[in-house]
Amino acid sequence: MKVKKLLLGDEAVALGAINAGITGVYAYPGTPSTEITEYIQGSETAREAGIHCTWCTNEKTAMETALGVSYVGQRAIVCMKHVGLNVAADAFVNSAITGVNGGVIVVVADDPSMHSSQNEQDSRFYGKFAFIPILEPSDQQEAYDMMEYGFRLSEENNIPVMMRLTTRMAHSRAVVEVAAKPIPRREKLTFPKDPSSWILLPANARRKYPQVISSYEELERISASKEGWNRYFDAPDKSLGVIACGIAYNYLRENVGMNYKHPILKISQYPAPSDLIRKMASECDSILVMEEGQPLLEEMIKGILPTPVKVLGRLSGALPRMGELNPNSVREALGLPAHETNRPSSVVVPRPPALCRGCGHRDVYTALNEVLADYPGHKVFSDIGCYTLGALPPFRTISSCIDMGSSITVARGAADAGLWPSIAVIGDSTFTHSGITSLLDAANVNANIVVVISDNLTTGMTGGQDSAGTGKLEAICAAVGVDPAHIRTVIPLPKNMPEITRIIREEIEYKGLSVIIPRRECIQTAKRHAKKRKQ
Amino acid sequence: MKKDIILAGVGGQGILSIAAVIGEAALKEGFNIKQAEVHGMSQRGGDVQSNLRISSNPIASDLIPKGCADIIISLEPMEALRYLPWLSKEGWIVTNTTPFVNIPNYPQIESIMEELRKIKNTILVDVDTIARDVGNPRGANIVLLGACSHLLGMESQKFEEGIRRIFSDKGEEVVEANLKAFRAGRAASL
Repeated sequence: MKVKKLLLGDEAVALGAINAGITGVYAYPGTPSTEITEYIQGSETAREAGIHCTWCTNEKTAMETALGVSYVGQRAIVCMKHVGLNVAADAFVNSAITGVNGGVIVVVADDPSMHSSQNEQDSRFYGKFAFIPILEPSDQQEAYDMMEYGFRLSEENNIPVMMRLTTRMAHSRAVVEVAAKPIPRREKLTFPKDPSSWILLPANARRKYPQVISSYEELERISASKEGWNRYFDAPDKSLGVIACGIAYNYLRENVGMNYKHPILKISQYPAPSDLIRKMASECDSILVMEEGQPLLEEMIKGILPTPVKVLGRLSGALPRMGELNPNSVREALGLPAHETNRPSSVVVPRPPALCRGCGHRDVYTALNEVLADYPGHKVFSDIGCYTLGALPPFRTISSCIDMGSSITVARGAADAGLWPSIAVIGDSTFTHSGITSLLDAANVNANIVVVISDNLTTGMTGGQDSAGTGKLEAICAAVGVDPAHIRTVIPLPKNMPEITRIIREEIEYKGLSVIIPRRECIQTAKRHAKKRKQ
Repeated sequence: MKKDIILAGVGGQGILSIAAVIGEAALKEGFNIKQAEVHGMSQRGGDVQSNLRISSNPIASDLIPKGCADIIISLEPMEALRYLPWLSKEGWIVTNTTPFVNIPNYPQIESIMEELRKIKNTILVDVDTIARDVGNPRGANIVLLGACSHLLGMESQKFEEGIRRIFSDKGEEVVEANLKAFRAGRAASL
């Protein structure tokens, strides 16, 4: 029995995973991937099946936990945004060599155009690099259907599978036909047939690596087969052939309809089907490659040496070199006339995001700015989260935001080189994600820095998910070696400004490592909790 | 039947509730739907939009091409103008007239209204005031939905049913308050 549901791409993935009988979803929140885990957390079916769905501390712990589930023969998904894969990369790349026992799908949501990210890296490169196959749905129905397929692909080929989403796929809703009931979750524990492949001693890894490389050829054969997700639509006019990857296929169809005069190769599965690409190259005068993200396929087809067929795409300038694709850029690349349109209004000004009114981070920056006005040599190094908005007016407090946890390590490096005062500002969730090891480094040399852990008791930027360190921050700081006399807690409210500024001054003047924890609940989650209590 | 709708506003104003009711009504009618939303950093007081596409035929793109939107529904007057290049020549703008000023360089409201009046098909409604007048100050978004409901190619009844379904788990009082807001908005624009 099938039922129809209106689902975000993320939710289609989540429901596909539930219905494929997963044991757990392991993830750290990150736009645009967050709603996958949230959907499972809110699902009655998932609760009844006992699916594990608590947020993980970071993407690496998530990836490794899924491998544990796989080792004993059950299914799991791991979800993250593209930059999260950098954090999980050690486990991800090595998991291709260990292989899987139960199926593993790593869902990675890329954010081309950087709507909510610090770069637009293309996760398909990671898949290729690790010899891991990739599924890239073009619509929500495919996203759902690919989950069950992906688990079979993973188990039959003894390898994790990556599913790559992009922002518009993750955050767009459509009607999806889904199974009314899930496959039951596996209860039994079964162990890998080749247990030594999970022990990556050089001798074992050397034995396993050639198998990984040769199975990549088999994975390409599968991706080109009828059972895979790549499709060749032949057509009479061979002056042009179009390769459309993932969601780019929708933009193509939006512009040319279902009966296009030129051949189309729709790619939704990698390794890319070389034979089908060669077929297009041998028959067509030129090939236009449309891919969301970086020009991975275009570069592959074009290579360095001259080709008999003209290859067009992001590198040739037919499409923009960076940023997400859209129906307009695709239309232009196809040489179709633009739709008649209104000119942009000159009255409109940008409206950048800002910290919420009443947010505790605001009080933290107000206090820092007041104190630091007296220390002209200061720098404040910050991190990834809502509080990165402290870079914008009216605060303009921070000098850096690089990657999760970097505030503390960068502040320590700058202090090593002689900067004073050297301040780090990091959120509670980012601190437990990747800041604890940074703090341990700083404690081991008693670095002369002030670390501000702005604790709003949640993961704010992604919408208020549980934060792994809630209630444990002081204990964590003391345990890694910060002197308890220099772990100071304050409540960031305007009325407490004299106390907060006094403490910041004292800790700047203290020669050594100190941690200040301004703690007040996120204004958004506080509102939500108040509403819940009222009901 | 095809309606390409851009919903616009400032993060937190509630454009997704409007989208949810329209989507619910369209789903019941058996139409195809695609709705692209904005989540994440921009939701923090920045400009937000949602592309809602409804059609009796299959829909390919999640995003509305430039020059193809039938309606821009905006909870904020300057935000309505931001998406002008997406509006078709015969398209409609239905917008709230109360500005949401959270930036220092917000333009003079008169220059915004002047720009809006240059558009051929516009409906300007002070939804904040209407929402207050009907005793539902937080229902401004549903007032706006009422104000554009006759342009959406579905009967008013379908939206009222949609409101009932979407708000049912918040209690009968909330449902009634939103129905009142919807009807007041509809009356204001007809």
